Amino acid sequence: MAEYLNIFTQIQVKGPADPGVPLPAGNTTRKGKPGYSHLLGLFGDAQIGPIYLGWFGIASLLCGFIAIEIIGLNMWASVNWDPIQFVRQLPWLALEPPSPANGLSIPPLNEGGWWLMAGFFLTTSILLWWVRVYRRARALGLGTHVAWAFAAAIWLYLVLGFIRPVLMGSWGEAVPFGIFPHLDWTAAFSIRYGNLFYNPFHMLSIAFLYGSALLFAMHGATILAVSQYGGDREVEQILDRGTASERSALFWRWTMGFNATMESIHRWAWWFAVLCPLTGGLGILLTGTVVDNWYLWGVKHGVAPAYPAVYPPVIDPAAASGISQ
Amino acid sequence: MNSSTCNAKILLVTLIGLSLLGCERPPPESVQVGYRGTGMEQVVNPRILEQKVAVNVPPPATASAGTDGPTAGSIYQNVQVLGDLGIGQFNRLMVAMTSWVSPEEGCTYCHSAANFASDELYTKIVSRRMLQMTTEINSQWQNHVAQTGVTCYTCHRGKPVPGEVWFTDPGSARTANQGGGREHQNAAAPAVAMSSLPFDPFTPFFKDDSANIRVVSNTALPTGNRASTKQTEWTYGLMMHMSDALGVNCTFCHNTRAFADWSQSTPQRVTAWHGIEMVRALNGNYLEPLGPQYPENRLGPLGDAPKANCGTCHQGAYKPLYGASMLTDYPALAGPAAAGD
Repeated sequence: MAEYLNIFTQIQVKGPADPGVPLPAGNTTRKGKPGYSHLLGLFGDAQIGPIYLGWFGIASLLCGFIAIEIIGLNMWASVNWDPIQFVRQLPWLALEPPSPANGLSIPPLNEGGWWLMAGFFLTTSILLWWVRVYRRARALGLGTHVAWAFAAAIWLYLVLGFIRPVLMGSWGEAVPFGIFPHLDWTAAFSIRYGNLFYNPFHMLSIAFLYGSALLFAMHGATILAVSQYGGDREVEQILDRGTASERSALFWRWTMGFNATMESIHRWAWWFAVLCPLTGGLGILLTGTVVDNWYLWGVKHGVAPAYPAVYPPVIDPAAASGISQ
Repeated sequence: MNSSTCNAKILLVTLIGLSLLGCERPPPESVQVGYRGTGMEQVVNPRILEQKVAVNVPPPATASAGTDGPTAGSIYQNVQVLGDLGIGQFNRLMVAMTSWVSPEEGCTYCHSAANFASDELYTKIVSRRMLQMTTEINSQWQNHVAQTGVTCYTCHRGKPVPGEVWFTDPGSARTANQGGGREHQNAAAPAVAMSSLPFDPFTPFFKDDSANIRVVSNTALPTGNRASTKQTEWTYGLMMHMSDALGVNCTFCHNTRAFADWSQSTPQRVTAWHGIEMVRALNGNYLEPLGPQYPENRLGPLGDAPKANCGTCHQGAYKPLYGASMLTDYPALAGPAAAGD
């Protein structure tokens, strides 16, 4: 029985390196002499390179580097340039957006100016990388599905860090750059707007997120299960359905009455993945701009059920005494 | 197996082990405290609770003294508080206070050895004010402390300075264009249960002239609530402190599906609300004004007096000393005393 089957492949084929198809006229060439990595070969293709960066790739990496530098050096400065504290506290450190009092103006560097600058370079880097993904797909004669899937993620990123803050009139509404700080920000955001779980777009986003994981598991498992019948040659199976397709389709029809096809499963997966940030971005965009308390919105629209009271009646003491807290 | 995969496996196991170091050893237990399916639960670890209960046992009361005899005020000089107390009761309380506050330092921690009546030591002035504060808490703030009340021991636990006090945090000393401004957050701060939330929520919320804690809107659609997400982080930081100081989850007071909604909250939230009012009043009327009395080493980095938060009394227990009332043994501390006398 052949062992050249799946991840942690036992056999690594090392022939003359594949340089790839010729590039269109006017493109700079792919750089570097291809090499081999046994370790990476355990997980995927053992051949490393050649790589093509082009001007967009170089500009993107440069902008990304500048953004990471601004974020990292600000974090390091916040522990007074102590290298040990930088490592110890790294998950807690952050570069914070400007205070809401600054609105959309450009504040001093240490009061959010660095954040604006890091955000500008990070966004530029991401957009340039998107252009690169689009152009490389075109240069290879591919469809642009990867670029548009990436664009869906960029949409969510832009809503969080740019579009919604602009609509709210304050950079302070944006997310900090930091590991724990962005998570605490997320929780605070949900609390401020009355529980994001009652936001229907958030619900959709979660459904697509978990749905993506489920579909990925189902698809991966199905293909691995029929790979001994050639099912892992998915593109050929789309054009010329063989016993692998028949068996996997039958399996799902038996178990749940319906099956995707060799082609449609990939559309299922693409749309689930893309709709996760698309719907999520819509949910964020509406929060604070259109809806201020999602729980109360849920009550208004019959989404949030009422439960029987189990405690004695609790009344806001501030309402009783007229003192606010 | 060759040596490189063997090394990789050892590394992997070590990394998993290290990543679990920060975790609490099981078993956690969850106790349902609300309607089923609503997630109104308290999570406790019996092993840790047992340790906490063991260190939150009040000391045994000293033998009671007779109520007869002349009053302390008629025998001792300069008795500005508790002067109406019988001499036996008064002395018993003084001895108890010494064991609660300065067991190692003894009477002379507050009293001048040469003249007990003298106000020479700042500690005597502070402790007199603390006695007034204690009687005010027990008489005026029963909607927070109920009949259980507090004594010196509730906060001091055998230490001259209670274990949990707070000062205004000066924050980062970095100037406007240096970079690395922390905005009073993003440090592994014990005050906010090691979260990255703003680490001094006490200065805005626990002083006399305090900021509004409430940030959530009362209407589904926007109607002018300008509270920002950043501001919410301050409220959130305060709540992390309260949760940590009381050793409880959010659900002790709130139904977490609608934090702001009082009609779904537990009765404990009302008690906590009065607690916040109480802490503000105590800091504003008693603790902060004592600032000029203290020597420099007792003051905070900005020269402010040590102040109280939830942890000062609670010290990790949902009720200080898990509800044991020391006040019943020392009724003199129950007041009544008018505020600021």
